[in-house]
Amino acid sequence: MNKQSSLMSRLAGAPYLVWAALFIIVPLGMVAYYAFTDSEGAFTLANLAEISKYKDTFVLSIWLGLLATVICLLIAYPLAYIMAQKGPQKQSTMTMLIMLPMWMNFLLRTYSWMTILEDYGLVNTLITSLGFEPLQLINTRGAVVLGMVYNFLPYMILPIYTVMLKTDHSLVEAAQDLGGNKLDVFRNVTIPLSVPGVVSGFTMVFVPSVSTFYISQKLGGTGTILIGDIIETQFQTANNFHLGASLSFILMILIFICLAVMNRFSDDDGGVII
Amino acid sequence: MSNHIIELKNVSVAFDGQQIIENMNLYIRDKEFITFLGPSGCGKTTTLRMIAGFQEPDSGEVIFDGKVINGVPPHKRQLNTIFQRYALFPHLNVYENIAFGLRLKKTPEKDIKEAVTEMLSLINLKGFERRNIASLSGGQQQRVAIARALVVKPRVLLLDEPLGALDLKLRKDMQVELKNIQQRLGITFIYVTHDQEEALSMSDTIVVMDSGVIQQIGTPTDIYNEPKNAFVADFIGESNIIEGVMRADFWVEMAGHRFKCLDKGFGVDENVDVVVRPEDVDVVPVEKSMISGIVTSITFKGVYYEIIVEIKGFKWMIQSTDYQAVGSTIGLNVEPDAIHIMKKSQYSGLYGDYSSFSEEFDELSDATVYEDEDE
Amino acid sequence: MKKTSIGSKLYQALVFIFLYAPIIVLIVFSFNSGKSTSVFEGFSLHWYKELFRDAATLDAFKNSMIVAVASSIIATVMGTTAATAIYGYKNKLLKSSVMTVTNIPMMNPEIVTGVSMMLLFVFIGAVFGKTGTLGFGTLIIAHTTFELPYVILNVLPKLRQTDPHLAEAAQDLGCTPLQAFFKVMLPAIMPGIISGLMMAFTLSVDDFIISYFVSGTESQTLPIRIFSMTKRRVTPDMYALSTLIFVAILVLLIVSNIISAHGDKKLSKEKGGAKK
Repeated sequence: MNKQSSLMSRLAGAPYLVWAALFIIVPLGMVAYYAFTDSEGAFTLANLAEISKYKDTFVLSIWLGLLATVICLLIAYPLAYIMAQKGPQKQSTMTMLIMLPMWMNFLLRTYSWMTILEDYGLVNTLITSLGFEPLQLINTRGAVVLGMVYNFLPYMILPIYTVMLKTDHSLVEAAQDLGGNKLDVFRNVTIPLSVPGVVSGFTMVFVPSVSTFYISQKLGGTGTILIGDIIETQFQTANNFHLGASLSFILMILIFICLAVMNRFSDDDGGVII
Repeated sequence: MSNHIIELKNVSVAFDGQQIIENMNLYIRDKEFITFLGPSGCGKTTTLRMIAGFQEPDSGEVIFDGKVINGVPPHKRQLNTIFQRYALFPHLNVYENIAFGLRLKKTPEKDIKEAVTEMLSLINLKGFERRNIASLSGGQQQRVAIARALVVKPRVLLLDEPLGALDLKLRKDMQVELKNIQQRLGITFIYVTHDQEEALSMSDTIVVMDSGVIQQIGTPTDIYNEPKNAFVADFIGESNIIEGVMRADFWVEMAGHRFKCLDKGFGVDENVDVVVRPEDVDVVPVEKSMISGIVTSITFKGVYYEIIVEIKGFKWMIQSTDYQAVGSTIGLNVEPDAIHIMKKSQYSGLYGDYSSFSEEFDELSDATVYEDEDE
Repeated sequence: MKKTSIGSKLYQALVFIFLYAPIIVLIVFSFNSGKSTSVFEGFSLHWYKELFRDAATLDAFKNSMIVAVASSIIATVMGTTAATAIYGYKNKLLKSSVMTVTNIPMMNPEIVTGVSMMLLFVFIGAVFGKTGTLGFGTLIIAHTTFELPYVILNVLPKLRQTDPHLAEAAQDLGCTPLQAFFKVMLPAIMPGIISGLMMAFTLSVDDFIISYFVSGTESQTLPIRIFSMTKRRVTPDMYALSTLIFVAILVLLIVSNIISAHGDKKLSKEKGGAKK
């Protein structure tokens, strides 16, 4: 490229660079700033010290998030595999059917589960009409995990499906050619080559699950308070921005550590980089 | 019969109602190097995939070593394939790629190591065991693909345009190397290509195909010297295909002259296609010549000049070591053994003269798009 | 085609029932004549009428549209120029660090993004001694920010697919670099820009978490309105609303599918005609 156009491309990038600095980097700096100061603006570690009170909440959030992610993976993987084997017409229909629920408002989709799971909701109505004792479904940790799986399942299916679709079919044929039966091919070629899709699906489900607050509020009742709930409370009702910022700060760092570990894991496998 | 390792009997394949292979019959001898040669879409790759087991014929039988193998999945067939773009597993290194087939057979680790090491030395890639596939050059990937297929000791190796992605010089080296490997291991190679030079220089037998039909089977010299029809003559090498009339056994008339030839058994005054290779035409003084014409163009090709001569409205190509001026009249002689007579076929008259070299050039005025795709 | 086993069919059916059960419940109860969202008392369109009488909800819908249109247009224009610039960067370090920053809003939990922007706006407000800085402006800024990476990631691959000599060819034929961009590059990457714009728009309409932290009381978007309504016992008018949205999207998707399928057919016909 000549000098003139390279100068132009630099100028074209300038507004975005300024924007990114102002509204991506500076806000993260603000989180750090609030996390390490008190209401007078003086440096303090008190906010961070206070976080130890919420250790159990962090553990619970990560545990439930992980559980939801693994369940999503178990449901999504076979479905993505089935989809990848189908003809193009069926594939586009199924992709559309999977994406369609995501277009519904997230809050209402979650709220609708209340209708199903409530003490006098649809499931319990069905159970009691069959002559069984009603079950405690709503306001349990199970309901929260269900809500997470429900809301984020498409984020697991689609990346895995996309990677499987992109896999060169001649690799499968080569494995068959070398003496692999269906199971061998699945284990030695399909699974290892789908790792990048699994990794991106994993992060796309894990991050929103760990940090959610609406799902736990609606389906978990008072018994399941997650880290997202605590942060939300600090900013919306308790007005303790400094504690809220330090909680967000820790949450962010935890998640970036998780992502780094996941990425390392996929790099080691030498899979296709998306 | 006993040494036929593969036979195809009355095999047909159609995709979406389009006939790809039409009632094909073919046998392949054990330990031979056989090549399926033809233009894109002629059905050669489909035939190969049928033998490998990736494509089932709609009708007819595929026979391997005397047994019908229709319906036998690829992993149970004793043959292996070199794929067009190699299909090396990107998540495995060189060693693991080659070991793949052996691991599936639960071969002991010690034997795997031995076999892989042997293969690496066969393909001259010792010391590449731990290398990532993506870090290899095209030629190296090609060798790994060969090793990966050969290590499981197939009786037949199928090669689907394996050298297509390599540059010209490397391609020539690999041709020699493949032929050496085939002779050393003494196994059957079935090779698919659209490159006639490749086919002529490597094969024991060439199967020329077009539109799903075998046009001719024979040794490279047979195919070159005695093409069965205008398609084969045009596809293999350069040739002047001239309309002629058999006046009697050993006498053919073309371009207004009666030539002596070596062919017989045609009806008297039967219309035929006559093939004369450009290198078999001699330039002689006009007064001593059988036919004469006007030079319309001359191109220097290094070893020879390529001269286009118009004789009675038909443009011949001849190759000569002597320069001729454009516009001059020259005399030409054709010896009897340089003339090959073919019966008329559906391909007669399709290829025209040397006004242009390619069909594509002829069609440019139609503004059609040439698509470079394979089957 | 391969035969599908009964097990695989059953499995697919179960997954889709799981995905659609709540939506079906929602649609069914939007037609409930009673006030309940769990006991169906009879069919009626009562809640649809209610919905159109609810000024606050209609207002929120209008706000959502304003924010979505404004932010997605800003994000698309800025994102496209940014992608072009990033694509042209020769310096690998610069390129990778810009891409890392670009990825932050996608990788970061939304709640952290929301909180961080809220803190920035509140801090700036405090510096200038003002309260109530949160409103339309902050909403549009925040939405633009989280939409930008999606636009960039939609446009960049199209730039990579484009023949790098295209712009040079245009300049060779007498275009200035700027003309070359508008006449040649822009049409080539248009599909990426369009899908980036659509993605930005829908993300904006759908966003709750980030909006929740950066909106003021006067600039409630539809998801925030829904959130405040679901704090109490929800009446079926919310269900009516989401049914309408669902139907609208369904129709849109089907129409666009038909159009693209039709286009494909036409294309393949033309291709077939060119082949002999």
